[in-house]
Amino acid sequence: MSNQAVRRVFWGGFWASIPFIMVIVPFGMMFGLAGTEAGLSLVQIMGFTIIVIAGAAQFAALHLMLENAPIFIIILTALAVNLRMAMYSASLYPHLGRLNFWKKILVSYLILDQSYIASILQFEKSPQVSLGLKFAFFMGTVTPIWPFWYLGTYVGATVGAQIPPQYALDFVLPLAFLAMVAPTLRTRPQVAAALTSVVMSLLLIKLPYNSGLLVAALLAMLVGSYVEQKATARRIQKT
Amino acid sequence: MSFSDGQIWFIIFALGMGSFLLRFSFLGLVGGKSLPEWALRFLRYTPMAVIPGLVAPMVLWPAATQGHTDPARLAAALAAIIAGLWTRNVIAAVIVGLSTLYAMVYILG
Repeated sequence: MSNQAVRRVFWGGFWASIPFIMVIVPFGMMFGLAGTEAGLSLVQIMGFTIIVIAGAAQFAALHLMLENAPIFIIILTALAVNLRMAMYSASLYPHLGRLNFWKKILVSYLILDQSYIASILQFEKSPQVSLGLKFAFFMGTVTPIWPFWYLGTYVGATVGAQIPPQYALDFVLPLAFLAMVAPTLRTRPQVAAALTSVVMSLLLIKLPYNSGLLVAALLAMLVGSYVEQKATARRIQKT
Repeated sequence: MSFSDGQIWFIIFALGMGSFLLRFSFLGLVGGKSLPEWALRFLRYTPMAVIPGLVAPMVLWPAATQGHTDPARLAAALAAIIAGLWTRNVIAAVIVGLSTLYAMVYILG
């Protein structure tokens, strides 16, 4: 495997996740600002961002800390918000499971919604690519996100600058996710899984600790694989 | 907030450890053995099973509008989905979604 190929694939990953750069900086700034307003020190705010490295879970923890919730409730709730990371971990395993221990530690630390979605879509598109190139692609996808998450938090905590609401930056993240997933919906099982996910997550929104999303996701995965299996069975019958 | 510095650091480290273990849970399994076909088939649907469910409430009930459905955001989301399905191109879908969002925010004031 040539260095040139590795470099090309790395930049491929980088470009695949470049839309997230405009999301992650304001998101980090919001956390930095919220942390300062909650009375955390700069070191504690950066501690959250570097050690936990999970925006939604950090906001959940901060929110409960402001309400003086019991410590174990804070930890459990924020971890529940992060449970989908275990699904990402399982989904990446067939592609990156053979990496050595230290690379797996690094990849695990850097599993984020954005790096996961950008990487897995590429891996599913060309599953035969070598392990080294898959690792390079993954590292490419985290590069426009990970440093900027630290930077955004730092700027938000120190400068305290706020982006005016009419820029509607809150909505760039959902738009980026939709723009990544919509083009991949090609087959009937994929569409069935996506629709199940939407309907069930909306119906189950009131379940505590964000658990509605997990139930919805598991059901959607079942529906997707069931529809696929049925289609395969039908095709075999016909021939 | 009434937590001591020690308690705050405890929360940060416990959360960091827990989050890491969730991320490492399956990836960390030794050997990289190949999974059975049914498991692979199930896992193949992870992206379209998680992301639409994660995004749907943000689209219908955005926190930025205190949970009230916002025509600009709804239109932008639909535009991004349609553009994504039609062009099969991520960047095109982002651009269409963002343009719709800003055009609608501008028109609706």
